[in-house]
Amino acid sequence: MDLGPLALSLQIATVATLLAAVVGVGLATLLANVRFPGRDLVDVVVTAPIVLPPTVLGYYLLVSVGRRSFIGHAFEAIFGSPIVFTRTGAVLAATVGALPLVVKSGRAALEGVDATLIRAARTLGAGAGRAFLTVQLPLAARGIVAALMLAFARSLGDFGITLMVAGDIPGETQTASLAIYDAIQEHRDQAALVMVVALTTIAVAILYTVNKLAPEGRDGR
Amino acid sequence: MGADRARNGGGGGGATLNVDVRLARGEGFALDVRFEAPPGVTVLFGPSGSGKSTTLAAIAGLARPSSGRITLGDQPWFDSAARVDVPVHRRAVAYVFQSLALFPHMTAAQNVTYGMNRELDREAKRAKAMALLERLRVAPLADRRPATFSGGEAQRVALARALATAPRVVLLDEPFSALDRELRVDLVADLREFVRELDVPVLFVTHHRQEARALGHRVVVLDRGRVQRVGSVEELVAGGRDMSFDETPLDPDGMMRR
Repeated sequence: MDLGPLALSLQIATVATLLAAVVGVGLATLLANVRFPGRDLVDVVVTAPIVLPPTVLGYYLLVSVGRRSFIGHAFEAIFGSPIVFTRTGAVLAATVGALPLVVKSGRAALEGVDATLIRAARTLGAGAGRAFLTVQLPLAARGIVAALMLAFARSLGDFGITLMVAGDIPGETQTASLAIYDAIQEHRDQAALVMVVALTTIAVAILYTVNKLAPEGRDGR
Repeated sequence: MGADRARNGGGGGGATLNVDVRLARGEGFALDVRFEAPPGVTVLFGPSGSGKSTTLAAIAGLARPSSGRITLGDQPWFDSAARVDVPVHRRAVAYVFQSLALFPHMTAAQNVTYGMNRELDREAKRAKAMALLERLRVAPLADRRPATFSGGEAQRVALARALATAPRVVLLDEPFSALDRELRVDLVADLREFVRELDVPVLFVTHHRQEARALGHRVVVLDRGRVQRVGSVEELVAGGRDMSFDETPLDPDGMMRR
C-alpha cells in the first residue's frame, strides 16, 4: 500500500495553509480595516478562485510563474529549480485555492469585532497596531482559526490547479487527489478507496471542528 | 500617577478644554459647537441625537471635525487651520463608552492595566489596578471576565479602567444609563470623589436631569448640534418653566429631586 501521495498531500497542505495564513490574514486585515482606492477590486481578485474553473486559475499561474515568466525566471535563478511542475508549484496551487477562504472568513471575523472595543483601546493609549494585536485579532481568533482549518481542508483536496501547474509526477507532485484519479484509471480500486476514505475522514473531522468553533459561545461574550 | 502625567506632556491639572468645532454628519444636522470646560464636571445635556456623543468623539480624536480647534490649556489637539490633529492614543483622554466596551477576553484587572503607563512593571500595574478596583468596591472581580459582571459591576470596572490612565480629560458618555436609580446615585457619588482629586475637565453626557444635578457645576445644553445655553445647574433649573433644561421630558424614570 503506497501512502506516499497522502503524506505528500498533508505536507503540501500544511505549507500552503501557513502561506495562506500569512498572506490571507494580512489581506483580510487590509480589507477589513483600511479604506483604500481599489479595495473592492482587490476583494474580487482575491475571491475569484472560488468561482473560476481550476484550469483557468492554472493557466494564469502558468503564465505568471512559468519558466519563461519574470517571476519564474527569477525564482529559478535564485533557487536553482523552477516553480512549475515541482513541489513548489503544488504548494502554490494549493495556496491559491485556499486563499479566498482565509481572506473571506478572516475579514468577516475581523469585521465582526465590536468597533467600540477597538475605539476603547485607542483611547486607552494603544496605537492602531497595538489595538489590532491585543483586541481585534484575539477576539477574531476563533473565526480565523476556523478559516485556516477550512483552508487546510481545501489545500488537501486540490486537484485541478495542481494538475495544471505542478503536473502529476509520482513522488514529486502526485498528491492524494491526483493519485486517486490515476488509481481509478488503472483499475487499482483498492488503492483509490484507501485514499478516498482517508481524505473523507480528514475533511469530515475538520468540518466538524469548524462547526464547533463557529458559534458565538465564547466565554466573555 | 504623577509620572504618567509627566509622560503625557504636562498640562494635566488645571488646564481648560476649549472646543470650537464643526463636523458634518452622515444625515441630519451638522455639528457646530463652541464651549469651554474648565477642570471639574461639565454636563453635556440634551435629547438623543443632539450631538453629545459626536462632540465627545471629536474631543477624543475618534471623529475628525471638518473645521475648528480643540485645545487643552495651550496645547492644540486639533486645529484645522494649522493642520494639527493629535492621534487619539496620544490625547490621554479617559473615555467611558455608553456600552462600556470592556474587553471580553481580559479579566477586570487586565482591563484596568491596559491603558496604564507602559513603563510600569507588571507588579506595579497590578497593584495600582487592585487599588482602583478596591476603591470602586469591585476588587473581588479582579480575575474574572466581564461576561460574569452585573451591570453595576461592569460600570465600576469601566470607570476604573478609564481612571487608571492618568487622563488629562475625562469623557463619560451616559455611562450609567443602563443602571437602575439606586446604583446610579451610588456611582455618581463615587465619581464625584474621583473628579475632585483629578482636577481635569470632565465631560459628562447625559439626558437624565438627576445626574446632571448631582454632578454638574456647569451644564452645556445641546440641541440639534448646537449649544443652546451654558450655565450652572442652579441657573438652569431655577430659571423656571421656560428653561429647556427642566422642560425636556427625557427622564424615563421620573425625577429625583434633591
